[in-house]
Amino acid sequence: MISKKVLITGNEAIAEGAISAGCEFYAGYPITPQNELTAYMSKHMPQKKRIFIQAESELAAINMVFGASAAGVRAMTSSSSPGISLKQEGISYIAGAELPAMIVNIMRGGPGLGNIMPSQADYFQATRGGGHGDYHCFVLAPAYVQEAYDLMFLGFDLADKYRNPVIILGDGILGQMMEPIVVKQHATRHTPHVKKPWALTGCLGREPNIAKSFYMREGDLERFNLKLQKKYQVIKAKEQRYEGLFLDDARVIIVAYGTMSRIAKSVVINLRTKGERIGLIRPIGLWPFPRDIFRHIARNSRRRKFLVIEMSYGQMLEDVQLSVEGKLPVEFLGRSGGGVPTEKEIIKAIKSAKS
Amino acid sequence: MAKIKIDREKCKGCLLCISSCQKGSITVDQHLNKRGVKPVKLKDNALCLGCMMCAIICPDCCIEVYK
Amino acid sequence: MKKIFSRPKSLREVSTHYCPGCGHGIAHRLIAEVVDELGIRERVIGVAPVGCAVIAYDYWNFDCSEAAHGRALAVATAIKRVRPENIVFTYQGDGDLAAIGTGETIHAANRGENLTVIFINNAIYGMTGGQMAPTTLLGQKTATTLEGRQANLQGYPLKISEMLALLPAVKYVERVCLSSAQEIMKTKKAIRQAFLNQMQNKGFSLVEILSPCPTYWGISPTQSLNWIRDVMSKEFPIGRLK
Repeated sequence: MISKKVLITGNEAIAEGAISAGCEFYAGYPITPQNELTAYMSKHMPQKKRIFIQAESELAAINMVFGASAAGVRAMTSSSSPGISLKQEGISYIAGAELPAMIVNIMRGGPGLGNIMPSQADYFQATRGGGHGDYHCFVLAPAYVQEAYDLMFLGFDLADKYRNPVIILGDGILGQMMEPIVVKQHATRHTPHVKKPWALTGCLGREPNIAKSFYMREGDLERFNLKLQKKYQVIKAKEQRYEGLFLDDARVIIVAYGTMSRIAKSVVINLRTKGERIGLIRPIGLWPFPRDIFRHIARNSRRRKFLVIEMSYGQMLEDVQLSVEGKLPVEFLGRSGGGVPTEKEIIKAIKSAKS
Repeated sequence: MAKIKIDREKCKGCLLCISSCQKGSITVDQHLNKRGVKPVKLKDNALCLGCMMCAIICPDCCIEVYK
Repeated sequence: MKKIFSRPKSLREVSTHYCPGCGHGIAHRLIAEVVDELGIRERVIGVAPVGCAVIAYDYWNFDCSEAAHGRALAVATAIKRVRPENIVFTYQGDGDLAAIGTGETIHAANRGENLTVIFINNAIYGMTGGQMAPTTLLGQKTATTLEGRQANLQGYPLKISEMLALLPAVKYVERVCLSSAQEIMKTKKAIRQAFLNQMQNKGFSLVEILSPCPTYWGISPTQSLNWIRDVMSKEFPIGRLK
């Protein structure tokens, strides 16, 4: 495996990571601030003899992902907030048919057409279903361009392993920023990572396969839902991911993910040099939420506080509150509609949390 | 020589075969099948040409044709 | 005596849920016959609609996928692009293909995807209780046009096949019907052509089949076939459009 260092935007790093991870099919529709991702795929996928389609809408794109995934290949789409709203029906079908899929959301300000500034206001949409029915998507939240690249490998692996859709939750800052990263050289044609006996390949030598989410016979849908729930229980137990900083002695623990966590981290490190007992939990997986670490801290500490900071009016906040089980105080700082909490605002919030 | 075999339990009683038979060889069977429907039956093998029109028009694949 | 007509292998030996005299049963069988005769059962992947034929995959004996309502052509586009050696077809009703799915239909056609599309036009929405379809005729009474379809309120019956025939990347469009055994044989020929075109990489091929819905037309199965012959095919002319 040869690796090299490149200077690359978040959007393009995600695209490059997907290709290296063996993405065989991509369908997307232009929408700011993720257009560079689609453009990168349009150039590089055909070069690697993979399929690229600029679909007629985000809705068509997610349904194409359904088809490609049902046919047994690693399939992906990307969009930004309003386009992700369009995909919700399709994502529900993908979860209901137990198909793997990769969906990238480079979040922008909302609701409605909003603006093209970064945001984290799609947390609920990503982690609470978004589409209809009792299902969950994996949600992974990179904070660095290197991590955005790396999480594509993990994301596709999780999707295939659990036969589940995976959402990469980024934002406009991450998508547009440029950082040097290490990339792995990839083969022109990837070899299948995981056997997919359920895939639609033509029924030669076996009974026909059906890709479906429809169960009309008495009791069948409930039984199927119980199967999904069992899968989610396993995932919740095994796939929690976070980064923790200075948790041993922190009196105030900031909780932030994605781009917001970078700003929070620099405040934490800065205040640490001044002797402040501040820590940081940076969830990397948002579903399943890394509740165990919160539970552990809440059940085993006193006189500590959490300060949740988001580019929203309090969405991950609720997961922190649920995980803490009311045992420790949870405070909040947030801005939305394209606003980004500043270092000054964070320091002010920490001060008031400490009092 | 020709004949048809009708699966009377699969028959839904749509009667399309009756109108498609040029010889008028098919008729309604007065005995209900398990669906609670009066299926169709061939009046007489001698009347069958083996033209397959009834089998072609049957939406439920109830008819096999022999010649 | 030899058996000269029986159930094709690609049609499972089960009773369908379709109403007596419904056209789906005939169309399903014709597709199964063509698949068997062309020897492609093990290569075929069908994409089912949302509508009465939502469980078409329970009746055929080859790989199938569901699709969200109207999205069959997006699903099929992707399957064919990643598995070009498979034969991929969609089976869609008038709502699936020409209402909610219009965008996917036009763009799959415009891209010239090498697909076979079987379009079942029965001028009504059967599964949901007989509401107006894009292809419902003027004056036709349905659950949502109780006084009959009126042009000034609901527009005209949509000639989606004529529209698609205008697209340069569309290679074959034919309208057929199920109004008699002879017409059914012609329908089978068109279906066969549409599958052959894909096997020969000729491009987007669509067969529109005028099909009976006795239940929501409110007439007997035999009267339904006559209505297709006498009324519906005057509005939707039978023949090759491209």
